Amino acid sequence: MVNVQPLDSEPRRGEGTQQVDHPTSQVAVFGADKPLRLDSGVDLTPFQIAYQTYGALNAARSNAVLVCHALTGDQHVANVHPVTKKSGWWETLIGPGKPIDTDRYFVICPNVVGGCMGTTGPASINPKTGNPWGLEFPVITVRDMVRAQAMLLDHLAIDTLFACVGGSMGGMQVLQWAASFPERVFAALPIACATRHSAQNIAFHEVGRQAIMADPEWRGGRYFLEGTNPRRGLAVARMGAHITYLSDAALHRKFGRKFQDRENPSFSFDADFEVESYLRHQGSSFVDRFDANSYLYLTRAMDYFDLAADAGGVLAHAFKGTQTRFCVISFTSDWLFPTSESRAVVHALNASGARVSFAEIVTDKGHDAFLLEEPEMFAIVRGFLGGAGKARGLPQNLAGKAKN
Amino acid sequence: MSNLTAVNIERTASGKRVDLVLVAEMVERGVKVLDVGCGDGELLSLLSETRDVDGRGIELSREGVNECVAKGLAVIQGDADTDLADYPDDAFDYVILSQTLQATRHPRVVLEHMLRIGRRAIVSFPNFGHWQVRMQLLFAGHMPQTDILPYSWYDTPNIHHCTIKDFRTLCSEIGVKMERAVALNAWGTPLRLNAPWWFWNLFGEQAVFLLSRRD
Repeated sequence: MVNVQPLDSEPRRGEGTQQVDHPTSQVAVFGADKPLRLDSGVDLTPFQIAYQTYGALNAARSNAVLVCHALTGDQHVANVHPVTKKSGWWETLIGPGKPIDTDRYFVICPNVVGGCMGTTGPASINPKTGNPWGLEFPVITVRDMVRAQAMLLDHLAIDTLFACVGGSMGGMQVLQWAASFPERVFAALPIACATRHSAQNIAFHEVGRQAIMADPEWRGGRYFLEGTNPRRGLAVARMGAHITYLSDAALHRKFGRKFQDRENPSFSFDADFEVESYLRHQGSSFVDRFDANSYLYLTRAMDYFDLAADAGGVLAHAFKGTQTRFCVISFTSDWLFPTSESRAVVHALNASGARVSFAEIVTDKGHDAFLLEEPEMFAIVRGFLGGAGKARGLPQNLAGKAKN
Repeated sequence: MSNLTAVNIERTASGKRVDLVLVAEMVERGVKVLDVGCGDGELLSLLSETRDVDGRGIELSREGVNECVAKGLAVIQGDADTDLADYPDDAFDYVILSQTLQATRHPRVVLEHMLRIGRRAIVSFPNFGHWQVRMQLLFAGHMPQTDILPYSWYDTPNIHHCTIKDFRTLCSEIGVKMERAVALNAWGTPLRLNAPWWFWNLFGEQAVFLLSRRD
């Protein structure tokens, strides 16, 4: 396996896709000899995976932690983002001395298949046409994402993950990892997720997709060829989705009914309220770093996710005989992936005799809490990985314990 | 369902709770254990240190669970009354209910589940037949408050008190075999083994029972 040049292409694409061909990351390229067999029956080839790593792999290759990102996340989990220049999305959790301690663990974070930060997705070039894939890109699933990550691990000569960690869509990947490759996952930490996407969540995703498709600049997904960009559609999709990541209480605490830069209502449809202004900002900054078609594909992948259906309708069968140790975490105010969904995971794991921990964390910050500095979650992640590390025979790094 | 009741239980010289040490001694080495109402994980830690068990816990209080998980123990947030039904038969070698029986809504159902899920069950509880309890009710005329039952009647989590005698009756009603029983006095010392049951029921402040299915 050669690991050098990313797939070549002409840079004729909208904003939000400047990292597609030449990501500021390491890239593993899988040629015709190593196609990615997708659930849809299509072989995706050639394809590439962009990934970041932190810390060092030990001699026994036993300290690798795979971090799976959420819908709109990417591989820049613990470094400054090359586009937004903001800190990594889990930089508070991952780093030297932090709960996912890069002094102890070798952290790998790949961009998912279907993404737009350097791993092959709809914005990448279809080698058959020389143009970006657009809607000709095959529909992918969470299982496809995980299969691709397994190929990345093979490429890195890592047989077993010490831990697999992720929240939201990342948590779905963690569960899929545990179900698809139980012998390759020593410890699994699915956070704020579920074993299937609920009807309500599919409905929200559909609204987002329709917003994108209703934008005249979307052009049936061929915007990159026609020199347009469905910025407005993608921004509206993001705005709608962003509400689902928060909670009524969090919105009220943060914004209430406060006006933005004014004392009185303008009697117009300007962003009078702070919350409107905030959402507009969320929408417009998102389109600078994300590809609209990617958004369609990744939301679709989440919609299709249903571990029980894959296991003949019985969730427990998905984890039958598993030796993986699990720690499931949910948040009280998360209404997108409520605690009841995590409990279903825990019940299934118990029924399969798995070693499982489950903690619900009290917060009013909604689904997004998993990305925020939640001291209780941090203590649990640290404790769970510490206990698992002991069982795995990893050296105990007491020096790191004092920090954070 | 934490073992809140047990805050004032005597400790050994090494700082371990005497009742937990007693429970741990009843568990074989290297077995699979479920601790129902595991509190802050003191018993699970003790079991994994001294008996090398594969231990799991259920705990009602969120604080307890999070403390346990942060210690690296495998504990889930749940309720003994509702969640035991989800466990498959024979999933564990031992199911332990430490100082929690009296706080469950359906002690009999809980006990039956324990012996369905586990080959053996260990139950420890404060004995409501202890002479101090009887004296308070008889002479002072109020609901008893003792070292290990420190609550007022209106804020106690303990809703199903029983005596050693009551517990033995329940065991025989549901056809459970009593393999071992120990009663501890108020100083945490086991009462004489050959003492009659009425003596235990009067002088035992708490009791620990090792139970198994009657095949």
